[in-house]
Amino acid sequence: MTGIWLMAGVTLREAVRRKILWTALIAGALLLAVFAVAMHLQVVEFQGRAMSPFVRYQVEAGMMMIGLYTCDLLAVVLTILTSIDTIAGEIGSGTIHAIATKPLARWQILVGKFLGFLVMIAGFVAVTFAATIWVAHATTGVLPEHPFRGFALIVFECAIALALTFLFGTWFSTLTSGVLALGLQGVAFMGGWLEQVSGFSQSVHIVTLGVASSLVMPGESLWRRAAYEMQTQLAGSLSFSPFANVSIPSGLAVGYAAAYFAVVLGIAIWHFERRDL
Amino acid sequence: MTTEHFAIDARQLRKEFPGHVAVRDLTLTVPRGEIFGFLGPNGAGKSTSIKMLLGLVRPTAGSATVLGAPLGDVAIRRRIGFLPEDFRFYDWLTATELVRLHGRLAGMSPAQLRTRVPDVIEMVGLSQHRDRPLRGFSKGMLQRIGLAQAVVHEPDLVFLDEPTSGLDPVGRRMVRDVLRAERARGATVLLNSHLLSEIEVTCDRVAFIKDGEMVATRALGGAWQEGVRVVMHARGVSDDAMAGIARWTGSARLEGEELRFGVESEAVVADIVRHLVGAGADVYRVVPERASLEDVFLELVGEDRGL
Ligand SMILES: Nc1ncnc2c1ncn2[C@@H]1O[C@H](COP(=O)(O)OP(=O)(O)OP(=O)(O)O)[C@@H](O)[C@H]1O
Ligand SMILES: [Mg+2]
Repeated sequence: MTGIWLMAGVTLREAVRRKILWTALIAGALLLAVFAVAMHLQVVEFQGRAMSPFVRYQVEAGMMMIGLYTCDLLAVVLTILTSIDTIAGEIGSGTIHAIATKPLARWQILVGKFLGFLVMIAGFVAVTFAATIWVAHATTGVLPEHPFRGFALIVFECAIALALTFLFGTWFSTLTSGVLALGLQGVAFMGGWLEQVSGFSQSVHIVTLGVASSLVMPGESLWRRAAYEMQTQLAGSLSFSPFANVSIPSGLAVGYAAAYFAVVLGIAIWHFERRDL
Repeated sequence: MTTEHFAIDARQLRKEFPGHVAVRDLTLTVPRGEIFGFLGPNGAGKSTSIKMLLGLVRPTAGSATVLGAPLGDVAIRRRIGFLPEDFRFYDWLTATELVRLHGRLAGMSPAQLRTRVPDVIEMVGLSQHRDRPLRGFSKGMLQRIGLAQAVVHEPDLVFLDEPTSGLDPVGRRMVRDVLRAERARGATVLLNSHLLSEIEVTCDRVAFIKDGEMVATRALGGAWQEGVRVVMHARGVSDDAMAGIARWTGSARLEGEELRFGVESEAVVADIVRHLVGAGADVYRVVPERASLEDVFLELVGEDRGL
Protein backbone atom coordinates (compact mmCIF):
# COMPACT_ATOMS: atom_id res chain seq x y z
CA MET A 1 0.00 0.00 0.00
CA THR A 2 2.86 2.36 0.82
CA GLY A 3 3.96 2.02 -2.80
CA ILE A 4 0.71 3.50 -4.09
CA TRP A 5 1.04 6.53 -1.82
CA LEU A 6 4.69 7.01 -2.75
CA MET A 7 3.78 6.93 -6.44
CA ALA A 8 0.83 9.24 -5.85
CA GLY A 9 3.05 11.64 -3.95
CA VAL A 10 5.82 11.83 -6.52
CA THR A 11 3.26 12.11 -9.35
CA LEU A 12 1.49 14.95 -7.58
CA ARG A 13 4.78 16.77 -7.05
CA GLU A 14 5.65 16.21 -10.69
CA ALA A 15 2.23 17.47 -11.84
CA VAL A 16 2.33 20.54 -9.61
CA ARG A 17 5.74 21.42 -11.04
CA ARG A 18 4.43 21.39 -14.59
CA LYS A 19 4.27 24.77 -16.25
CA ILE A 20 1.01 23.70 -17.84
CA LEU A 21 -0.78 23.72 -14.46
CA TRP A 22 0.31 27.26 -13.79
CA THR A 23 -0.54 28.28 -17.33
CA ALA A 24 -4.01 26.86 -16.81
CA LEU A 25 -4.37 28.69 -13.51
CA ILE A 26 -3.34 31.96 -15.13
CA ALA A 27 -5.77 31.31 -17.97
CA GLY A 28 -8.41 30.57 -15.35
CA ALA A 29 -7.64 33.82 -13.55
CA LEU A 30 -7.91 35.83 -16.78
CA LEU A 31 -11.20 34.17 -17.68
CA LEU A 32 -12.44 34.88 -14.20
CA ALA A 33 -11.59 38.55 -14.64
CA VAL A 34 -13.53 38.64 -17.91
CA PHE A 35 -16.35 36.81 -16.18
CA ALA A 36 -16.39 39.31 -13.31
CA VAL A 37 -16.55 42.24 -15.73
CA ALA A 38 -19.37 40.58 -17.68
CA MET A 39 -21.33 39.92 -14.51
CA HIS A 40 -20.82 43.48 -13.37
CA LEU A 41 -21.96 44.91 -16.71
CA GLN A 42 -25.01 42.70 -16.58
CA VAL A 43 -25.91 43.97 -13.14
CA VAL A 44 -25.47 47.61 -14.24
CA GLU A 45 -27.58 46.94 -17.28
CA PHE A 46 -30.38 45.38 -15.25
CA GLN A 47 -30.49 48.32 -12.84
CA GLY A 48 -31.83 50.62 -15.51
CA ARG A 49 -34.64 48.24 -16.42
CA ALA A 50 -37.86 47.26 -14.86
CA MET A 51 -37.83 43.48 -14.82
CA SER A 52 -39.12 40.81 -12.57
CA PRO A 53 -36.54 39.63 -10.04
CA PHE A 54 -37.54 36.17 -11.12
CA VAL A 55 -36.31 36.56 -14.72
CA ARG A 56 -33.32 38.52 -13.55
CA TYR A 57 -32.23 35.80 -11.21
CA GLN A 58 -32.58 33.26 -14.01
CA VAL A 59 -30.33 35.19 -16.33
CA GLU A 60 -27.71 35.72 -13.65
CA ALA A 61 -27.71 32.09 -12.62
CA GLY A 62 -27.36 31.16 -16.29
CA MET A 63 -24.31 33.38 -16.53
CA MET A 64 -22.80 31.68 -13.53
CA MET A 65 -23.24 28.38 -15.33
CA ILE A 66 -21.28 29.79 -18.28
CA GLY A 67 -18.45 30.54 -15.89
CA LEU A 68 -18.59 27.09 -14.36
CA TYR A 69 -18.71 25.45 -17.79
CA THR A 70 -15.51 27.30 -18.69
CA CYS A 71 -13.88 25.88 -15.57
CA ASP A 72 -15.07 22.44 -16.56
CA LEU A 73 -13.57 22.64 -20.06
CA LEU A 74 -10.32 24.01 -18.69
CA ALA A 75 -10.12 21.20 -16.14
CA VAL A 76 -10.67 18.48 -18.74
CA VAL A 77 -8.05 19.89 -21.10
CA LEU A 78 -5.63 20.32 -18.19
CA THR A 79 -6.22 16.70 -17.16
CA ILE A 80 -5.28 15.44 -20.59
CA LEU A 81 -2.30 17.72 -21.14
CA THR A 82 -0.65 17.11 -17.75
CA SER A 83 -1.08 13.35 -17.71
CA ILE A 84 -0.60 12.45 -21.36
CA ASP A 85 3.14 11.99 -20.98
CA THR A 86 3.17 10.06 -17.76
CA ILE A 87 2.78 6.48 -19.04
CA ALA A 88 3.89 6.66 -22.66
CA GLY A 89 6.69 9.10 -21.87
CA GLU A 90 8.12 7.09 -18.99
CA ILE A 91 8.00 3.89 -21.00
CA GLY A 92 9.64 5.64 -23.92
CA SER A 93 12.43 7.21 -21.87
CA GLY A 94 13.04 4.14 -19.72
CA THR A 95 12.20 6.01 -16.51
CA ILE A 96 9.73 3.24 -15.76
CA HIS A 97 12.47 0.59 -15.63
CA ALA A 98 13.82 1.58 -12.24
CA ILE A 99 10.28 1.85 -10.83
CA ALA A 100 8.66 -1.26 -12.28
CA THR A 101 11.43 -3.41 -10.79
CA LYS A 102 10.63 -2.26 -7.27
CA PRO A 103 8.48 -4.42 -5.00
CA LEU A 104 5.22 -2.91 -6.10
CA ALA A 105 2.83 -4.39 -8.62
CA ARG A 106 2.31 -2.57 -11.87
CA TRP A 107 -1.33 -1.85 -11.03
CA GLN A 108 -0.08 -0.07 -7.94
CA ILE A 109 2.14 2.15 -10.07
CA LEU A 110 -0.80 3.00 -12.31
CA VAL A 111 -3.26 3.58 -9.49
CA GLY A 112 -0.69 5.66 -7.59
CA LYS A 113 -0.11 7.87 -10.60
CA PHE A 114 -3.85 8.10 -11.15
CA LEU A 115 -4.46 9.29 -7.61
CA GLY A 116 -1.63 11.80 -7.85
CA PHE A 117 -3.14 13.43 -10.92
CA LEU A 118 -6.66 13.23 -9.57
CA VAL A 119 -5.70 15.14 -6.42
CA MET A 120 -4.08 17.84 -8.55
CA ILE A 121 -7.14 18.11 -10.81
CA ALA A 122 -9.55 18.11 -7.88
CA GLY A 123 -7.56 20.96 -6.41
CA PHE A 124 -7.74 22.87 -9.67
CA VAL A 125 -11.49 22.35 -10.00
CA ALA A 126 -12.06 23.32 -6.36
CA VAL A 127 -10.12 26.56 -6.74
CA THR A 128 -11.63 27.63 -10.05
CA PHE A 129 -15.17 26.65 -9.01
CA ALA A 130 -14.91 28.44 -5.69
CA ALA A 131 -13.55 31.56 -7.37
CA THR A 132 -16.28 31.57 -10.02
CA ILE A 133 -19.05 31.04 -7.52
CA TRP A 134 -17.61 33.71 -5.28
CA VAL A 135 -17.50 36.26 -8.14
CA ALA A 136 -21.04 35.37 -9.19
CA HIS A 137 -22.31 35.65 -5.65
CA ALA A 138 -20.47 38.87 -4.91
CA THR A 139 -21.77 40.63 -8.02
CA THR A 140 -25.31 39.30 -8.25
CA GLY A 141 -26.05 37.28 -5.15
CA VAL A 142 -26.79 34.02 -6.99
CA LEU A 143 -25.68 30.72 -5.51
CA PRO A 144 -25.65 27.28 -7.08
CA GLU A 145 -28.09 24.76 -5.71
CA HIS A 146 -25.80 21.81 -5.00
CA PRO A 147 -22.23 23.00 -5.56
CA PHE A 148 -20.62 19.92 -3.99
CA ARG A 149 -22.57 17.50 -6.14
CA GLY A 150 -21.50 19.55 -9.13
CA PHE A 151 -17.90 19.54 -8.00
CA ALA A 152 -17.92 15.78 -7.53
CA LEU A 153 -19.41 15.19 -10.98
CA ILE A 154 -16.85 17.44 -12.66
CA VAL A 155 -13.98 15.68 -10.90
CA PHE A 156 -15.57 12.42 -12.02
CA GLU A 157 -15.63 13.72 -15.60
CA CYS A 158 -11.91 14.51 -15.30
CA ALA A 159 -11.28 11.05 -13.85
CA ILE A 160 -12.78 9.53 -16.99
CA ALA A 161 -10.55 11.69 -19.20
CA LEU A 162 -7.61 10.63 -17.03
CA ALA A 163 -8.44 6.93 -17.29
CA LEU A 164 -8.69 7.24 -21.08
CA THR A 165 -5.37 9.04 -21.23
CA PHE A 166 -3.79 6.27 -19.16
CA LEU A 167 -5.36 3.62 -21.37
CA PHE A 168 -3.96 5.20 -24.52
CA GLY A 169 -0.63 5.76 -22.81
CA THR A 170 -0.18 2.05 -22.16
CA TRP A 171 -0.62 1.38 -25.87
CA PHE A 172 0.65 4.31 -27.89
CA SER A 173 3.28 7.03 -27.97
CA THR A 174 2.67 10.31 -26.17
CA LEU A 175 1.66 12.10 -29.33
CA THR A 176 -0.77 9.45 -30.51
CA SER A 177 -2.33 9.17 -27.05
CA GLY A 178 -2.77 12.91 -26.92
CA VAL A 179 -4.53 13.04 -30.28
CA LEU A 180 -6.79 10.15 -29.33
CA ALA A 181 -7.67 11.57 -25.91
CA LEU A 182 -8.48 15.02 -27.26
CA GLY A 183 -10.34 13.47 -30.20
CA LEU A 184 -12.57 11.47 -27.89
CA GLN A 185 -13.17 14.59 -25.87
CA GLY A 186 -14.38 16.18 -29.10
CA VAL A 187 -16.79 13.30 -29.63
CA ALA A 188 -18.12 13.78 -26.10
CA PHE A 189 -18.54 17.49 -26.69
CA MET A 190 -20.45 16.87 -29.90
CA GLY A 191 -22.55 14.18 -28.24
CA GLY A 192 -23.56 16.64 -25.57
CA TRP A 193 -24.73 19.19 -28.08
CA LEU A 194 -26.50 16.66 -30.27
CA GLU A 195 -28.48 15.47 -27.29
CA GLN A 196 -29.40 19.08 -26.61
CA VAL A 197 -30.59 19.54 -30.16
CA SER A 198 -32.45 16.31 -29.99
CA GLY A 199 -34.59 17.82 -27.26
CA PHE A 200 -36.14 20.04 -29.97
CA SER A 201 -35.50 18.21 -33.16
CA GLN A 202 -37.85 15.54 -34.28
CA SER A 203 -35.05 13.63 -35.99
CA VAL A 204 -34.62 10.20 -34.52
CA HIS A 205 -31.21 10.02 -36.20
CA ILE A 206 -29.85 12.96 -34.31
CA VAL A 207 -31.07 11.50 -31.06
CA THR A 208 -29.39 8.22 -31.90
CA LEU A 209 -26.20 9.95 -32.91
CA GLY A 210 -26.13 12.02 -29.73
CA VAL A 211 -26.75 9.02 -27.54
CA ALA A 212 -24.14 7.01 -29.44
CA SER A 213 -21.52 9.74 -28.93
CA SER A 214 -22.33 9.91 -25.26
CA LEU A 215 -21.96 6.16 -25.02
CA VAL A 216 -18.57 6.28 -26.73
CA MET A 217 -17.43 8.97 -24.32
CA PRO A 218 -19.80 9.88 -21.51
CA GLY A 219 -17.76 12.74 -20.04
CA GLU A 220 -19.90 15.57 -21.28
CA SER A 221 -23.11 14.05 -19.99
CA LEU A 222 -21.58 14.31 -16.52
CA TRP A 223 -21.18 18.03 -17.02
CA ARG A 224 -24.83 18.31 -17.98
CA ARG A 225 -25.80 16.35 -14.92
CA ALA A 226 -23.58 18.62 -12.84
CA ALA A 227 -25.20 21.67 -14.40
CA TYR A 228 -28.62 20.29 -13.55
CA GLU A 229 -27.56 19.68 -9.95
CA MET A 230 -26.10 23.14 -9.56
CA GLN A 231 -28.62 25.36 -11.24
CA THR A 232 -31.42 26.73 -9.18
CA GLN A 233 -34.82 25.22 -9.76
CA LEU A 234 -35.79 28.33 -11.63
CA ALA A 235 -32.86 28.69 -13.94
CA GLY A 236 -33.28 25.95 -16.45
CA SER A 237 -34.45 28.46 -18.91
CA LEU A 238 -31.46 29.20 -21.16
CA SER A 239 -32.86 26.42 -23.13
CA PHE A 240 -30.48 26.01 -26.05
CA SER A 241 -27.12 25.65 -24.40
CA PRO A 242 -25.05 23.10 -22.56
CA PHE A 243 -26.65 24.38 -19.36
CA ALA A 244 -30.21 23.66 -20.28
CA ASN A 245 -32.03 20.77 -18.76
CA VAL A 246 -33.80 19.91 -21.96
CA SER A 247 -32.37 16.42 -21.71
CA ILE A 248 -30.99 15.84 -18.28
CA PRO A 249 -28.77 12.79 -18.08
CA SER A 250 -30.51 10.38 -15.77
CA GLY A 251 -29.06 8.46 -12.87
CA LEU A 252 -28.67 5.68 -15.38
CA ALA A 253 -26.35 7.86 -17.49
CA VAL A 254 -24.22 8.53 -14.42
CA GLY A 255 -24.20 4.82 -13.67
CA TYR A 256 -23.12 4.13 -17.23
CA ALA A 257 -20.29 6.64 -16.84
CA ALA A 258 -19.17 4.87 -13.66
CA ALA A 259 -19.13 1.50 -15.42
CA TYR A 260 -17.35 3.06 -18.39
CA PHE A 261 -14.72 4.51 -16.08
CA ALA A 262 -14.18 1.17 -14.33
CA VAL A 263 -13.83 -0.68 -17.63
CA VAL A 264 -11.40 1.86 -19.12
CA LEU A 265 -9.19 1.92 -16.03
CA GLY A 266 -9.46 -1.86 -15.80
CA ILE A 267 -8.25 -2.36 -19.38
CA ALA A 268 -5.46 0.17 -18.84
CA ILE A 269 -4.28 -1.78 -15.77
CA TRP A 270 -4.67 -5.12 -17.52
CA HIS A 271 -2.62 -4.01 -20.48
CA PHE A 272 0.02 -2.25 -18.39
CA GLU A 273 0.37 -5.38 -16.26
CA ARG A 274 1.21 -7.57 -19.21
CA ARG A 275 3.02 -5.39 -21.69
CA ASP A 276 6.81 -5.31 -22.10
CA LEU A 277 8.53 -2.29 -20.67
CA MET B 1 21.00 -28.34 -3.68
CA THR B 2 17.92 -26.16 -3.30
CA THR B 3 16.82 -23.65 -5.88
CA GLU B 4 17.64 -21.00 -3.33
CA HIS B 5 21.25 -22.01 -3.75
CA PHE B 6 21.09 -20.34 -7.13
CA ALA B 7 20.48 -16.63 -7.33
CA ILE B 8 19.37 -17.14 -10.92
CA ASP B 9 18.14 -20.33 -12.51
CA ALA B 10 16.89 -19.77 -16.06
CA ARG B 11 15.60 -22.52 -18.31
CA GLN B 12 15.33 -21.94 -22.03
CA LEU B 13 14.12 -18.38 -21.75
CA ARG B 14 13.19 -17.06 -25.14
CA LYS B 15 11.99 -13.70 -26.36
CA GLU B 16 10.58 -12.96 -29.77
CA PHE B 17 9.71 -9.48 -30.83
CA PRO B 18 7.47 -9.09 -33.87
CA GLY B 19 9.59 -10.23 -36.76
CA HIS B 20 12.68 -11.35 -34.92
CA VAL B 21 14.13 -13.29 -32.04
CA ALA B 22 15.98 -11.20 -29.45
CA VAL B 23 16.87 -14.07 -27.13
CA ARG B 24 16.90 -17.58 -28.54
CA ASP B 25 17.67 -19.70 -25.52
CA LEU B 26 18.89 -18.46 -22.19
CA THR B 27 19.71 -21.35 -19.92
CA LEU B 28 21.79 -20.19 -17.03
CA THR B 29 22.47 -20.83 -13.38
CA VAL B 30 24.26 -18.32 -11.23
CA PRO B 31 25.18 -19.45 -7.70
CA ARG B 32 24.66 -17.10 -4.78
CA GLY B 33 27.57 -14.76 -4.18
CA GLU B 34 28.96 -14.86 -7.69
CA ILE B 35 29.75 -11.90 -9.90
CA PHE B 36 28.60 -12.92 -13.32
CA GLY B 37 29.24 -11.04 -16.56
CA PHE B 38 27.33 -10.96 -19.84
CA LEU B 39 29.49 -10.23 -22.84
CA GLY B 40 28.28 -9.85 -26.37
CA PRO B 41 28.08 -7.51 -29.33
CA ASN B 42 25.44 -4.79 -29.67
CA GLY B 43 22.00 -6.25 -30.15
CA ALA B 44 23.02 -9.70 -28.90
CA GLY B 45 20.17 -9.76 -26.40
CA LYS B 46 21.98 -8.93 -23.16
CA SER B 47 19.58 -6.25 -21.98
CA THR B 48 16.56 -8.25 -23.06
CA SER B 49 17.85 -11.20 -21.02
CA ILE B 50 18.19 -9.04 -17.92
CA LYS B 51 14.77 -7.51 -18.48
CA MET B 52 13.20 -10.95 -18.66
CA LEU B 53 14.81 -11.95 -15.38
CA LEU B 54 13.53 -8.73 -13.82
CA GLY B 55 9.99 -9.21 -15.06
CA LEU B 56 10.07 -6.13 -17.29
CA VAL B 57 9.80 -8.19 -20.43
CA ARG B 58 7.57 -11.24 -20.63
CA PRO B 59 9.37 -14.27 -22.07
CA THR B 60 7.81 -15.93 -25.09
CA ALA B 61 8.81 -19.32 -23.70
CA GLY B 62 10.82 -20.88 -20.92
CA SER B 63 10.88 -20.34 -17.19
CA ALA B 64 13.19 -19.06 -14.52
CA THR B 65 13.50 -18.51 -10.81
CA VAL B 66 15.24 -15.53 -9.29
CA LEU B 67 16.30 -15.93 -5.64
CA GLY B 68 14.03 -18.94 -5.62
CA ALA B 69 10.93 -17.05 -6.75
CA PRO B 70 9.28 -17.44 -10.15
CA LEU B 71 9.45 -14.60 -12.67
CA GLY B 72 6.95 -11.87 -11.96
CA ASP B 73 6.99 -12.35 -8.19
CA VAL B 74 6.61 -8.88 -6.76
CA ALA B 75 7.67 -9.40 -3.14
CA ILE B 76 11.08 -10.84 -4.05
CA ARG B 77 12.02 -7.54 -5.69
CA ARG B 78 12.65 -6.14 -2.25
CA ARG B 79 15.87 -8.16 -2.43
CA ILE B 80 16.77 -7.16 -5.99
CA GLY B 81 18.52 -4.05 -7.25
CA PHE B 82 18.69 -2.81 -10.84
CA LEU B 83 20.64 -0.21 -12.73
CA PRO B 84 18.97 0.16 -16.15
CA GLU B 85 20.96 0.62 -19.34
CA ASP B 86 20.06 4.26 -19.60
CA PHE B 87 19.21 5.45 -16.13
CA ARG B 88 16.61 8.19 -16.13
CA PHE B 89 14.50 9.71 -13.48
CA TYR B 90 12.47 12.78 -12.64
CA ASP B 91 15.21 15.33 -13.00
CA TRP B 92 13.73 17.82 -10.58
CA LEU B 93 14.54 15.58 -7.62
CA THR B 94 17.83 16.13 -5.82
CA ALA B 95 20.29 13.27 -5.59
CA THR B 96 19.31 12.66 -1.96
CA GLU B 97 15.58 12.77 -2.72
CA LEU B 98 15.97 10.33 -5.58
CA VAL B 99 17.92 7.75 -3.60
CA ARG B 100 15.53 8.14 -0.69
CA LEU B 101 12.50 7.63 -2.95
CA HIS B 102 14.01 4.48 -4.41
CA GLY B 103 14.84 3.22 -0.95
CA ARG B 104 11.24 3.85 0.12
CA LEU B 105 9.90 2.11 -2.97
CA ALA B 106 12.20 -0.81 -2.19
CA GLY B 107 10.55 -1.10 1.19
CA MET B 108 12.98 0.66 3.54
CA SER B 109 11.75 2.77 6.42
CA PRO B 110 12.51 6.50 6.63
CA ALA B 111 14.58 5.81 9.75
CA GLN B 112 16.81 3.31 7.95
CA LEU B 113 17.23 5.72 5.07
CA ARG B 114 18.40 8.59 7.23
CA THR B 115 21.82 7.04 7.64
CA ARG B 116 21.91 4.78 4.59
CA VAL B 117 21.26 7.45 1.93
CA PRO B 118 24.25 9.68 2.78
CA ASP B 119 26.39 6.54 2.94
CA VAL B 120 25.60 5.30 -0.57
CA ILE B 121 25.86 8.78 -2.01
CA GLU B 122 29.28 9.01 -0.41
CA MET B 123 30.16 5.61 -1.85
CA VAL B 124 29.43 6.74 -5.41
CA GLY B 125 31.38 9.93 -4.83
CA LEU B 126 28.55 12.45 -5.07
CA SER B 127 28.46 13.81 -1.52
CA GLN B 128 29.26 17.30 -2.71
CA HIS B 129 26.29 17.26 -5.07
CA ARG B 130 23.75 15.49 -2.93
CA ASP B 131 21.40 18.44 -2.61
CA ARG B 132 21.54 19.45 -6.25
CA PRO B 133 18.69 18.57 -8.60
CA LEU B 134 19.52 15.86 -11.14
CA ARG B 135 18.69 18.26 -13.96
CA GLY B 136 22.19 19.66 -13.74
CA PHE B 137 23.92 16.29 -13.59
CA SER B 138 26.23 15.00 -16.29
CA LYS B 139 25.72 11.57 -17.79
CA GLY B 140 28.38 10.04 -15.60
CA MET B 141 26.92 11.62 -12.46
CA LEU B 142 23.50 10.24 -13.34
CA GLN B 143 25.05 6.84 -13.83
CA ARG B 144 26.57 7.08 -10.35
CA ILE B 145 23.24 8.02 -8.81
CA GLY B 146 21.69 5.12 -10.70
CA LEU B 147 24.22 2.82 -9.11
CA ALA B 148 23.43 4.28 -5.67
CA GLN B 149 19.70 3.60 -6.06
CA ALA B 150 20.45 0.06 -7.24
CA VAL B 151 22.22 -0.89 -4.01
CA VAL B 152 20.62 1.42 -1.44
CA HIS B 153 18.45 -1.35 0.02
CA GLU B 154 21.37 -3.81 0.24
CA PRO B 155 19.81 -6.27 -2.19
CA ASP B 156 20.84 -9.92 -2.40
CA LEU B 157 20.91 -9.78 -6.19
CA VAL B 158 21.98 -6.79 -8.27
CA PHE B 159 21.53 -6.41 -12.01
CA LEU B 160 23.77 -3.80 -13.60
CA ASP B 161 23.26 -3.05 -17.29
CA GLU B 162 26.50 -1.46 -18.44
CA PRO B 163 27.39 0.15 -15.11
CA THR B 164 30.54 1.81 -16.42
CA SER B 165 28.99 3.45 -19.47
CA GLY B 166 29.69 7.15 -19.45
CA LEU B 167 32.08 6.97 -16.52
CA ASP B 168 35.56 8.42 -16.34
CA PRO B 169 38.48 6.25 -15.14
CA VAL B 170 37.85 7.27 -11.55
CA GLY B 171 34.22 6.33 -11.96
CA ARG B 172 35.10 2.93 -13.39
CA ARG B 173 37.35 2.37 -10.45
CA MET B 174 34.47 3.33 -8.18
CA VAL B 175 32.23 0.75 -9.88
CA ARG B 176 34.86 -1.88 -9.26
CA ASP B 177 35.02 -0.91 -5.61
CA VAL B 178 31.24 -1.06 -5.33
CA LEU B 179 31.26 -4.50 -6.93
CA ARG B 180 33.88 -5.64 -4.49
CA ALA B 181 31.87 -4.29 -1.57
CA GLU B 182 28.77 -6.06 -2.87
CA ARG B 183 30.65 -9.31 -3.14
CA ALA B 184 32.02 -8.88 0.37
CA ARG B 185 28.45 -8.41 1.58
CA GLY B 186 27.56 -11.71 -0.06
CA ALA B 187 25.43 -10.26 -2.84
CA THR B 188 25.17 -11.81 -6.27
CA VAL B 189 25.81 -9.48 -9.20
CA LEU B 190 24.91 -9.93 -12.83
CA LEU B 191 26.37 -7.31 -15.10
CA ASN B 192 26.55 -6.39 -18.77
CA SER B 193 29.52 -4.64 -20.16
CA HIS B 194 31.33 -3.95 -23.37
CA LEU B 195 34.52 -3.28 -21.49
CA LEU B 196 36.22 -6.63 -21.56
CA SER B 197 39.00 -5.50 -19.27
CA GLU B 198 36.37 -4.51 -16.68
CA ILE B 199 34.77 -7.93 -16.84
CA GLU B 200 38.17 -9.54 -16.67
CA VAL B 201 39.04 -7.94 -13.35
CA THR B 202 35.65 -8.01 -11.68
CA CYS B 203 33.78 -11.14 -12.73
CA ASP B 204 34.00 -14.69 -11.43
CA ARG B 205 32.36 -16.05 -14.50
CA VAL B 206 31.35 -14.73 -17.87
CA ALA B 207 28.85 -15.77 -20.53
CA PHE B 208 29.35 -14.93 -24.18
CA ILE B 209 26.17 -14.06 -25.99
CA LYS B 210 25.74 -13.90 -29.70
CA ASP B 211 22.55 -13.54 -31.72
CA GLY B 212 20.45 -14.18 -28.66
CA GLU B 213 22.24 -17.33 -27.71
CA MET B 214 24.80 -18.15 -25.06
CA VAL B 215 27.72 -19.55 -26.98
CA ALA B 216 29.94 -20.25 -23.97
CA THR B 217 30.51 -19.58 -20.31
CA ARG B 218 33.96 -19.33 -18.81
CA ALA B 219 35.21 -19.15 -15.29
CA LEU B 220 37.66 -16.28 -14.97
CA GLY B 221 40.82 -16.71 -12.97
CA GLY B 222 40.36 -20.40 -13.56
CA ALA B 223 41.06 -23.01 -16.22
CA TRP B 224 40.46 -20.96 -19.32
CA GLN B 225 43.46 -18.76 -18.64
CA GLU B 226 45.65 -21.75 -19.30
CA GLY B 227 44.42 -21.54 -22.86
CA VAL B 228 47.22 -20.34 -25.06
CA ARG B 229 47.24 -18.23 -28.17
CA VAL B 230 50.17 -18.82 -30.45
CA VAL B 231 51.53 -16.56 -33.15
CA MET B 232 53.85 -18.44 -35.49
CA HIS B 233 56.07 -17.18 -38.24
CA ALA B 234 56.34 -19.81 -40.95
CA ARG B 235 56.98 -20.10 -44.66
CA GLY B 236 55.71 -22.69 -47.10
CA VAL B 237 52.68 -23.86 -45.12
CA SER B 238 50.68 -25.97 -47.56
CA ASP B 239 46.90 -26.35 -47.51
CA ASP B 240 47.36 -29.93 -46.44
CA ALA B 241 49.53 -28.83 -43.53
CA MET B 242 46.80 -26.36 -42.50
CA ALA B 243 44.14 -29.02 -42.71
CA GLY B 244 46.27 -31.27 -40.51
CA ILE B 245 46.38 -28.69 -37.73
CA ALA B 246 42.66 -29.19 -37.19
CA ARG B 247 43.61 -32.16 -35.03
CA TRP B 248 44.82 -29.76 -32.30
CA THR B 249 42.95 -26.53 -32.87
CA GLY B 250 39.89 -25.28 -34.66
CA SER B 251 40.92 -21.68 -34.79
CA ALA B 252 44.03 -21.68 -36.98
CA ARG B 253 44.28 -18.79 -39.44
CA LEU B 254 47.06 -18.14 -41.87
CA GLU B 255 47.70 -14.60 -43.07
CA GLY B 256 50.78 -14.36 -45.25
CA GLU B 257 53.52 -15.87 -43.18
CA GLU B 258 51.74 -15.40 -39.90
CA LEU B 259 49.92 -18.38 -38.50
CA ARG B 260 47.69 -17.79 -35.47
CA PHE B 261 45.81 -20.30 -33.41
CA GLY B 262 44.61 -21.01 -29.91
CA VAL B 263 45.11 -24.24 -28.02
CA GLU B 264 44.15 -25.71 -24.68
CA SER B 265 47.70 -26.04 -23.37
CA GLU B 266 51.26 -25.34 -24.33
CA ALA B 267 52.00 -29.07 -24.48
CA VAL B 268 50.49 -29.39 -27.96
CA VAL B 269 52.48 -26.50 -29.42
CA ALA B 270 55.50 -28.78 -29.91
CA ASP B 271 53.30 -31.34 -31.69
CA ILE B 272 52.04 -28.67 -34.07
CA VAL B 273 55.54 -27.47 -34.85
CA ARG B 274 56.62 -31.06 -35.54
CA HIS B 275 53.62 -31.52 -37.80
CA LEU B 276 54.33 -28.34 -39.78
CA VAL B 277 58.02 -29.11 -40.21
CA GLY B 278 57.10 -32.63 -41.25
CA ALA B 279 54.76 -31.19 -43.89
CA GLY B 280 57.64 -29.20 -45.36
CA ALA B 281 57.17 -25.77 -43.75
CA ASP B 282 59.94 -23.57 -42.38
CA VAL B 283 59.15 -22.34 -38.86
CA TYR B 284 61.09 -19.26 -37.76
CA ARG B 285 59.40 -18.04 -34.66
CA VAL B 286 56.85 -19.35 -32.16
CA VAL B 287 55.35 -16.89 -29.68
CA PRO B 288 52.88 -18.31 -27.18
CA GLU B 289 50.81 -15.72 -25.32
CA ARG B 290 48.11 -15.95 -22.72
CA ALA B 291 44.80 -15.35 -24.38
CA SER B 292 43.11 -12.18 -23.24
CA LEU B 293 39.39 -12.08 -22.80
CA GLU B 294 39.26 -10.04 -25.95
CA ASP B 295 40.80 -12.87 -27.95
CA VAL B 296 38.31 -15.30 -26.52
CA PHE B 297 35.52 -12.87 -27.24
CA LEU B 298 36.52 -12.42 -30.85
CA GLU B 299 37.06 -16.10 -31.30
CA LEU B 300 33.69 -17.06 -29.86
CA VAL B 301 31.57 -14.21 -31.04
CA GLY B 302 33.31 -13.59 -34.31
CA GLU B 303 34.47 -10.44 -35.98
CA ASP B 304 32.02 -7.59 -36.34
CA ARG B 305 29.99 -8.22 -39.44
CA GLY B 306 28.01 -5.05 -38.94
CA LEU B 307 24.62 -5.03 -37.31
N1 LIG C 1 11.06 -3.52 -27.53
C1 LIG C 1 11.68 -4.11 -28.59
N2 LIG C 1 11.01 -4.31 -29.74
C2 LIG C 1 11.59 -4.90 -30.79
N3 LIG C 1 12.86 -5.32 -30.80
C3 LIG C 1 13.59 -5.16 -29.69
C4 LIG C 1 13.04 -4.53 -28.52
N4 LIG C 1 14.00 -4.50 -27.57
C5 LIG C 1 15.09 -5.07 -28.11
N5 LIG C 1 14.85 -5.47 -29.39
C6 LIG C 1 15.79 -6.14 -30.28
O1 LIG C 1 16.28 -7.28 -29.62
C7 LIG C 1 17.66 -7.44 -29.88
C8 LIG C 1 18.43 -7.51 -28.60
O2 LIG C 1 18.38 -6.24 -27.97
P1 LIG C 1 19.11 -5.95 -26.59
O3 LIG C 1 18.76 -4.57 -26.17
O4 LIG C 1 18.79 -7.04 -25.64
O5 LIG C 1 20.63 -6.04 -27.01
P2 LIG C 1 21.93 -5.78 -26.14
O6 LIG C 1 22.70 -7.04 -26.18
O7 LIG C 1 21.58 -5.24 -24.81
O8 LIG C 1 22.67 -4.68 -27.02
P3 LIG C 1 23.54 -3.40 -26.55
O9 LIG C 1 24.91 -3.92 -26.29
O10 LIG C 1 23.51 -2.53 -27.75
O11 LIG C 1 22.91 -2.79 -25.36
C9 LIG C 1 18.07 -6.29 -30.79
O12 LIG C 1 18.08 -6.76 -32.11
C10 LIG C 1 16.98 -5.28 -30.62
O13 LIG C 1 16.77 -4.57 -31.81
MG1 LIG D 1 21.91 -3.48 -23.85
